[in-house]
Amino acid sequence: MILATLGPFGDAIDFIFHQRESQAGTVQVGGLGEIWELTWTHLKLSLAATLIATLIAAPLGIWLGHIGRFQFVATSFSNIGRAVPALGLIVFFIAFLGVGFTNVCVALVLLAIPPIITNSYVGIRGVDPETVDAARGNGLTDRQVALKVELPMALPTIMGGIRISLVSVIATATIAPLANVDTLGRPIISPNVYGSAGQLAACLVVAIVTLGADALFVLLQKAVTPEGLKLAERGRPGGRRLAFLSSKRSMQTS
Amino acid sequence: VRRTHPLLALLAVLCLGFVFAACGGDDEKSSSSSGSGGSSSEQAPGQEIQKVSGADSKPAITVGSKNFTEQFVLGEIYAQALEAAGYKVKKQLNLGSELIAHKALQTGKVDAYPEYTGTALTSFFGVKTADVPKDPEKAYEDTKAGFAKENITALPPTPFENTYRLGITKATAKKLGDPKTISDLKGKEKDLSITGFPECKQRQDCLLGVQDAYGLKFGKFVSSEQKYQVLDSGDADVAFIFTTDGDLAGGKYVVLDDDKHFFPPYNVTFNVRNEALKNLGPEGQKVIEDVQKPLTEKVMQELNARVDIDKKKPADVAASYLQQAGFVK
Repeated sequence: MILATLGPFGDAIDFIFHQRESQAGTVQVGGLGEIWELTWTHLKLSLAATLIATLIAAPLGIWLGHIGRFQFVATSFSNIGRAVPALGLIVFFIAFLGVGFTNVCVALVLLAIPPIITNSYVGIRGVDPETVDAARGNGLTDRQVALKVELPMALPTIMGGIRISLVSVIATATIAPLANVDTLGRPIISPNVYGSAGQLAACLVVAIVTLGADALFVLLQKAVTPEGLKLAERGRPGGRRLAFLSSKRSMQTS
Repeated sequence: VRRTHPLLALLAVLCLGFVFAACGGDDEKSSSSSGSGGSSSEQAPGQEIQKVSGADSKPAITVGSKNFTEQFVLGEIYAQALEAAGYKVKKQLNLGSELIAHKALQTGKVDAYPEYTGTALTSFFGVKTADVPKDPEKAYEDTKAGFAKENITALPPTPFENTYRLGITKATAKKLGDPKTISDLKGKEKDLSITGFPECKQRQDCLLGVQDAYGLKFGKFVSSEQKYQVLDSGDADVAFIFTTDGDLAGGKYVVLDDDKHFFPPYNVTFNVRNEALKNLGPEGQKVIEDVQKPLTEKVMQELNARVDIDKKKPADVAASYLQQAGFVK
């Protein structure tokens, strides 16, 4: 078989497709059924956390960027969420939220918020002041300036923030089994049951899911970039840039 | 537009980060504390350790231990006791897992370290968990025979063993009509959830084995490493616990007896390389055996609690144990 030539990777791929007896005996592990179940939980958890984080952080970042104040909150204060490890948060929250989906989700939301706030703020602040002036000169209200001029132009950067969050949330969701949520982390932290094949298999699937989500967001980011901005990019010396470089401003500050 | 100076902002965030982290840490500690600091342990008064003549002219003995609380405390107790008897002692008290510690002992990187009989048999000598003798004496004999082949002597075991049991809160015990043994859960377990480390759910020496041995079927398995917090928060009714966990010292929990003797014995033996044992001589060996005599399950829980809950240093906890037990003035 081809799989045999791949060594441990072949074994791991085999684990994804075929059930086998657990390392500790008596129970069956692996196979598409279990892998899919774990992947589905993993996706549900990651998407829920990123969505909630977006609903909280994007409006806040956009508003802060629009009024142009509290840069401290937007770019630095929110980073505390990234300084505290998610595992610590989960343990800390047990006393208040118990173990389970809510607990892990809250920990991941806190992890996901900072990049979205920062990028939303920076995206709005980065809109060409002349464009904003022109909009005001044309008689647009404050609200219209924010929603019809600033927001569309900042959207690619905001999406970039959500993308960074989603990727780190998917990677971090592997610790969820420590709080009773069976994600793809389960085979990774249970080598005595799933063996090294199961461990590697789960890692492969996490990598595929992460890359898939990332690719999807690249397309989304492209789709939400206003035509005008695309034309402007093309007109610049140096020509068109790759989509991910459009969030370069956020990288400097975060 | 007002802008905060970026350096200032960075500094402020760093400070806040530290404050936040420190607060978080403190909260965790106090929430898990059961205030066992003052509780007295019933330690039988021991004989004061006498200087062994000629001990200081022998080569130094290196005492090792694995990398968790109980091992640190035990390593310190043995090391300090030998020091009190006049031996030169070096300490290597953070060797890692049993496989690393065993390797260090085999290769002479350390001369001795404490290991659990059940662990030695399953991890070093290829005994299947189900085949480990249920009788602690027999388990010790087998461990001793295994180590003997490696020119290592397993000294007699401690009175306490650190094995698995099922634990419940006092409130749960009341609700269930004060069960004393795991068998007493029969008939009620379908409505009970049980917590253990994630792997436990699918392991024959953990949940699967217990359910088979006792004919139980728990309603739900909650995977977590924070067993006592999960019991406290009500996410699980029963937990897989270790018999010498410091959290048990506070008296908040009830430990159910393993009446069918499912869990293998895990007494501690201090395992010494034969060359080093020669240097210790019978007097040194007697020091080791004496100093561990008061180490019952209760005492070991208390010592672990002093480190895990009261946040004292293992070296200090060991020193005060030796004093309280009368080995050192």
